Amino acid sequence: MSGPGPFKALLVSRLREFYREPEAIFWVYGFPVLLAIGLGIAFRERPPEEVRIDVLTPATAAAPDGSGAPDASAGAASTLRTLQLDTRFRARPCAGDECAQRLRLGRTDLVVAPSPAGLEFRFDPTRPESVLARARTEEALQRAAGRADPLRVEERPTTQPGSRYIDFLIPGLLGMNLMGGGLWGIGFVLVDMRVRKLLKRLVATPMRRTDFLLAMMTSRILFMLPEVALLLAAGSLLFKVRVQGSLLAVLAVSLLGAVSFAGLGLLVACRAQKIETVSGLMNVVMLPMWLLSGIFFSSERFPAALQPAIQALPLTMLNEALRAVILEGAGLSSQGLRLAGLALWGAVSFVLALRWFRWS
Amino acid sequence: MPEKVSGVAIRCSGLRKRFVSRSSTVDAVNGLDLEVRSGECFGLLGPNGAGKTTTIEILEGLLTPTSGEVEVLGARWESHPDHLRQRIGISLQETRFAEKLSVRETLALFRSFYRRGITPDEAMTLVSLHEKSGAWVGKLSGGQRQRLAVACALLGDPELLFLDEPTTGLDPQSRRALWEILRDLRSRGRTILVTTHYMDEAERLCDRVAIVDAGKVIALGSPAELVSRLGGEHVIEFALEAAPHGGPAGEAGSPGTTSPGEDEYRRLPGVSGVRIDPDGVALTVTEPHVTLPALLARLQRDRLALARLATRHVSLEDVFVDLTGRHLRDEAASAA
Repeated sequence: MSGPGPFKALLVSRLREFYREPEAIFWVYGFPVLLAIGLGIAFRERPPEEVRIDVLTPATAAAPDGSGAPDASAGAASTLRTLQLDTRFRARPCAGDECAQRLRLGRTDLVVAPSPAGLEFRFDPTRPESVLARARTEEALQRAAGRADPLRVEERPTTQPGSRYIDFLIPGLLGMNLMGGGLWGIGFVLVDMRVRKLLKRLVATPMRRTDFLLAMMTSRILFMLPEVALLLAAGSLLFKVRVQGSLLAVLAVSLLGAVSFAGLGLLVACRAQKIETVSGLMNVVMLPMWLLSGIFFSSERFPAALQPAIQALPLTMLNEALRAVILEGAGLSSQGLRLAGLALWGAVSFVLALRWFRWS
Repeated sequence: MPEKVSGVAIRCSGLRKRFVSRSSTVDAVNGLDLEVRSGECFGLLGPNGAGKTTTIEILEGLLTPTSGEVEVLGARWESHPDHLRQRIGISLQETRFAEKLSVRETLALFRSFYRRGITPDEAMTLVSLHEKSGAWVGKLSGGQRQRLAVACALLGDPELLFLDEPTTGLDPQSRRALWEILRDLRSRGRTILVTTHYMDEAERLCDRVAIVDAGKVIALGSPAELVSRLGGEHVIEFALEAAPHGGPAGEAGSPGTTSPGEDEYRRLPGVSGVRIDPDGVALTVTEPHVTLPALLARLQRDRLALARLATRHVSLEDVFVDLTGRHLRDEAASAA
């Protein structure tokens, strides 16, 4: 027997085709890392920002007849002084219309205006920084006016890796990549081979179909390893994202994810006769999961009524399991249900795909 | 070498294939019988849509017939699929191999599926593709790709070779190169079944030809036999200048023209067949040197002028037209 066996020959061919395709390399390996870097920088931890306050000054606030102006003027001046002394605030005087305009455009978080009762806070309750400014300003002014707090509170600020956005993001990107890799890496490649009549040509040889499918799956697993390693390494080196659980557990979850989504890719590609068809189908499959399965933000943001469906999506299961292992240091056994669910998705897809698969 | 199946390489009878879709039902193959002898090069000849590809794909075990019997190398596809796959070689109509694998890598991949066979190097030698062994398939010309397809079919050292339109879309030089390869293979004792819609290809390559039309074999025999059925070996083709009354040249029998009719042509000496088309007249003749003077004299008498005149040997094309009343030429053939 000369040359390699059919499984090895198929696998080697697939690997060669992949690494000779620079675009594929970029989308599989480069893009997720760039995405992680971009989002990591955009949502990096920043020092607490100054609270921006406009104090309505009496010169413009005063009534035309001048009555009450000295009072209000003195109040505004002392308010401004108090706030300017506190380093947490950046307070500036401003005139009536200008104040309203600045608040509306988000250039200031809060407008403090004198009022007959004492002070009036103008703010936007839907803007978190506006609400924060309101609370902080009131507290500072009340204390300055002599309020004594009945309860003493001690503060101990802590910022721990593991709770930042980038920590949330890395496992999500990992999951997203495993999904995309499985669907594109299997689905797209198979339909492309069908369009080229290469699948038909292969089954016209004595090639065993199981050898072919096994080689496709194996190639997918081999492509997955650098994917996982690169993303975790980028997270660790650039953002100090630490893997709390065992690397082996991360790898095991990733492996299951890669295989399950490869099964889904096989299903999506099992009958499609055109690249356009399979691209559309893959978007139909992936789009809801991009949105719902907690890649960029937690899936808990969606209403409770949707949760059972969301939690049953394969990418949700994969992402949650990855987060549990990477961020919480969970073991595999604690993720049993999710992993079983993920495996079920893969197994059912695989069986259906084999049943419906068209070679020509 | 495996023992040769005595006599017959392919036998099929009553072959039918019906494709049913929502909008239509098509009988692509409609009661086709065929017997290909071991060691011969057999051509399935017919226009596009005649059912050649469906037939060959059934024989290759890639399609199941709706009904009919198929026996390849003495075995049936249902009972011995792997056994048959090991012993035959196939080149499909336009397979696009992986663009980013080299010729050698592609051949090594296909070689891996066969228990026995020739090396990729030997295959490259057979189709003269050695100088391209390291080139990516994506960089090959159409003719080189077709030769690669044939090389892939040869890797298992097959007793029986199926080639579906191996030269379609190739330039004349590449076609001739491929013919050389196929002739060489036939001389090495391989059985070849080739489909084509090129008459000249069938005439030059095939020991026997089956002319297929509408899913049936309408004529069978060696190219020489088929041609001889026309009664003459030569064809005189001519067209007339516009007739005096403005009728199109050669439109015999239509009112207002003085062109001779079919019967008048048939009465000329040595004419065994007459075909009148909108664009000219073709006479099948036994001896052009006898017929030509008579024809010219006749035209002169009627004061008809020739727009063109040519004589040539009878071809399978003439056989096809004689059998079906239609030309085999179509867009694919005229593109070549």
